[in-house]
Amino acid sequence: MTTVATPLAPADTASGAGANPRRRSVVWLGLVPFAAYVVLFLAIPAILAVGSGFFDNAGAFTFANLAAFANPNILQSFVSSIWISALTALLGAVIGALVCFALLGTRPDGFLRTIVDSASSVLAQFGGVMLAFAFTATIGTQGFITTSLVHLGLADNIFNSFDNKGTWIYQVSGLVIPYLYFQVPLMVLTFMPAMQGLKTTWAEASATLGGSRFTYWTRIGMPILAPAFFGSLILLFANSFSSYATAAALISQGGIIPLAIRQQLTSETVVGVANVAGVLALGMVVVMIVLMTAYSALQRRASRWQR
Amino acid sequence: MISKRYFAGVAIAAAVAVSLTACAGSNSGTAGSTSSVNAKTAKTATSAKDVGGMDALVKAANAEGQLNVITLPPSWANYGKIIAGFEKKYPKITINSANPDGSSADEVAAAKAQKGQTTAPDVFDIGTAVLQQNLDLVAPYKVANWADIPTDFKDADGKWYYDYTGLMSVGYDSSVIKTAPKKIDDLLGSAYKGKVSIKGDPTQANEAASAVYMAALQSGGSAEDIQQGIDFFGKLKGAGNFQAVTPTQATVASGETPVVIQWSYNNLAWGKAGGASGNANFTTVVFPGTALGSYYNQAINVDAPHPAAARLWEEWIYSPEVQNLYLASGAYPATLTAMQDNKKVDTKVLESVGAAPKDFAQLTADQATKAATLLTSKWAAAIG
Repeated sequence: MTTVATPLAPADTASGAGANPRRRSVVWLGLVPFAAYVVLFLAIPAILAVGSGFFDNAGAFTFANLAAFANPNILQSFVSSIWISALTALLGAVIGALVCFALLGTRPDGFLRTIVDSASSVLAQFGGVMLAFAFTATIGTQGFITTSLVHLGLADNIFNSFDNKGTWIYQVSGLVIPYLYFQVPLMVLTFMPAMQGLKTTWAEASATLGGSRFTYWTRIGMPILAPAFFGSLILLFANSFSSYATAAALISQGGIIPLAIRQQLTSETVVGVANVAGVLALGMVVVMIVLMTAYSALQRRASRWQR
Repeated sequence: MISKRYFAGVAIAAAVAVSLTACAGSNSGTAGSTSSVNAKTAKTATSAKDVGGMDALVKAANAEGQLNVITLPPSWANYGKIIAGFEKKYPKITINSANPDGSSADEVAAAKAQKGQTTAPDVFDIGTAVLQQNLDLVAPYKVANWADIPTDFKDADGKWYYDYTGLMSVGYDSSVIKTAPKKIDDLLGSAYKGKVSIKGDPTQANEAASAVYMAALQSGGSAEDIQQGIDFFGKLKGAGNFQAVTPTQATVASGETPVVIQWSYNNLAWGKAGGASGNANFTTVVFPGTALGSYYNQAINVDAPHPAAARLWEEWIYSPEVQNLYLASGAYPATLTAMQDNKKVDTKVLESVGAAPKDFAQLTADQATKAATLLTSKWAAAIG
């Protein structure tokens, strides 16, 4: 998962560490354990995984695996992965932001805020087989809601016959429902601090100068929150884009890129294509790079007022 | 002051890391040394005689004390009973069963990734396509009753040998599907809406691919050209009957996947034979016409961490006791004909499962490659 730090107002003042050169020379030592960890468990595996895409089964260097990007099935998987991630990120961000907005009206140390905070921390990490099972039990063929609808006379309802292609939850589009279950809490977690950073005095100042609530939000609130919002949005996208276990437990026929990678790695029928998984991983990295570039351009624009 | 604290922290972290690796090192060291005495001879033995006969093989295997098997689900071809039987017969050997729901490719991946470690798989139960690509991973060995395995069913050098085959069959929950399906096209009817599933993605799992091959044979296609099978699943999807989830014994028991196309031994195991965890209404049908089978292979890992136990396991697999256990699950064992000749077959079991079909199709290596190529290009579009 890519973590995007979004400081509400970046501290432009020089950091204190610069004051004492003797101290600066050892201060990097504190970073060593984390840096070593990132290199060992993130950078090296990523390079090895992507690198494997450029070798054939015999271990010789090749560009042949890149032909996978011309395969319509692979392209379709990329399209599905991107739209499902974009949709759940957008929905998650909007719903999550509204939840944060509603929570602003509660006391910061109050019961409700505490409950929502801790529930979000748990649910944001609630993925994989547990989540898949929870939704199978709710809206699967035998799910509580599905069977209730059937009992109400809806023999073919949205859950058991979506688009006349069988049970919704076992289709790629059905992933939207379980994904939102962890996307919204993640948004609440990452966006709430920014919301809390809005000072009541700003609203009061705006009101004193004759601004309506609408102008306060469009001219003050939203511009201040925009960088944090876009940062959270991209985090949500990455979260969904890299999600594997939930989809693997629900969908048997591939359809998104992490499942396509599994297929290339473990196939018993189409053998000898394990190295193609490396170029698919490269494709995922490229998608994220494009997105991060677009994000930083957007971020520069959104935070123009801060400069 | 601050810098001292940093140093202290780093030093502690380093000390912990060093002591942890030291522990791990000494552990594996002792585990390795206990089995190395007999392993030398067992590692290269191509028959029990090479290590001094069955008793010596048992002794060597007991000294190793462990056996690592991989991708053997307890409800698959009676492996639950086969593993329990081995542990009962050789109580000094513990079986470690890894990744029961994994694929043949997972077996190869585990053997490569864990090479030289005590956790690497000792024996394989592996699909032909994957095996043929990885013949350098297996060690030749011939069981005592090698002659009982028909010549076409084994490698002349003993690198691999067929163990059992099922037939592609349709399992259905008779409480949901009231009239038994008689031909493959029956599955396109409205009674099957959102109910038919296969064991995964055919471009990935051999059992799912075999469902497509069976559909091809049943709808006028052939082992040479399986396009008709892909077309059949396209129609199934179009009718809204295809359920795109991987069925398990649990989904069959709960009713989530009432119709499953898979190997007969799995359909049988998930029905009455499954007892409390099975679904008593789950019934197995093999359609008339050309049936489809596919033998799996036994093979020993050339780098098996427990070489004697691995060889003892193969002797156990080809004993009449286990071959009859395969048969009882609905899987036809490799030595069936020999067992019928020397009267070692459990006749009651054979009667209940039905005689082995005289004639069933099995895709040759070339046909399987051709079929896989077609699946790669056509499957996703048919089912999307």
